[in-house]
Amino acid sequence: MDKTIAQATVSVDQEGYLTDFSQWNKEIGTEIAKEQGIEMTDKHWAIIDYIQQKFKEEEPLSIRGIKKSGVIDIKEFYALFPGGPLKKATMIAGIPKPKSCI
Amino acid sequence: MSETKVKKMLFILSKATLENVYAAFVMANGARMEGIESEIFFTFFGLEAIQKKKLEHLHVATVGNPAMHMPTMLGGLPGVEAFASNMMKKEMEKLDMPPVGEFLEILSDSGCKLWACKLAVEMFHLEKEDLIDELDGILTIGDFYSRADQEGTHLLFI
Repeated sequence: MDKTIAQATVSVDQEGYLTDFSQWNKEIGTEIAKEQGIEMTDKHWAIIDYIQQKFKEEEPLSIRGIKKSGVIDIKEFYALFPGGPLKKATMIAGIPKPKSCI
Repeated sequence: MSETKVKKMLFILSKATLENVYAAFVMANGARMEGIESEIFFTFFGLEAIQKKKLEHLHVATVGNPAMHMPTMLGGLPGVEAFASNMMKKEMEKLDMPPVGEFLEILSDSGCKLWACKLAVEMFHLEKEDLIDELDGILTIGDFYSRADQEGTHLLFI
């Protein structure tokens, strides 16, 4: 379905994840973050960059990967994106929700 | 997907076989990833999973485990359990599942509380130094029940 975010029309799935990453830009990310109660900072963007990089390389995301990323540690990750960090971070990054159980 | 009614998961881990330990860890971590609180209470043999010297040497059960599809007598031969355990660890590594020690670090960093059972710690004559540094404390079962302090809390025995 279509949704208007930051004056742009994008297609999203039922949970609000963008279905086409090419429609994503930083303003849209900022707006989705606000809906999730998150105010974006440089630290937030650093991890979003990392997540998008992994997505482009088609590498699956996991909490272990975040630990190894060198960008951020797990404690910080949970603090920056409270209430389901990888779920929220991927939504802000404009990529699909991770399907992994770990 | 609709919002879950589960707010907090309390796990009691009483066994030290790989399959049980990983079941508890994956569920506890999965809860945190969904924004659900989680805690693990290690009791009896489950304590092996938080003993510094033992946690990387856990095995899968090859005897009395029909799902291994292996004759019971074969499962009891020397080295079979270690072999099966190594096979399983390799498969888990392929799926990017962390080893026990690293998994405990991830759980702790994710805000999952890790508790040791007081009675079992005394029974096995363990000292605090024998247990992992990430441990949040040693509790009685009564203390652990009091951790179920909100609506939507669930307790699971493994």
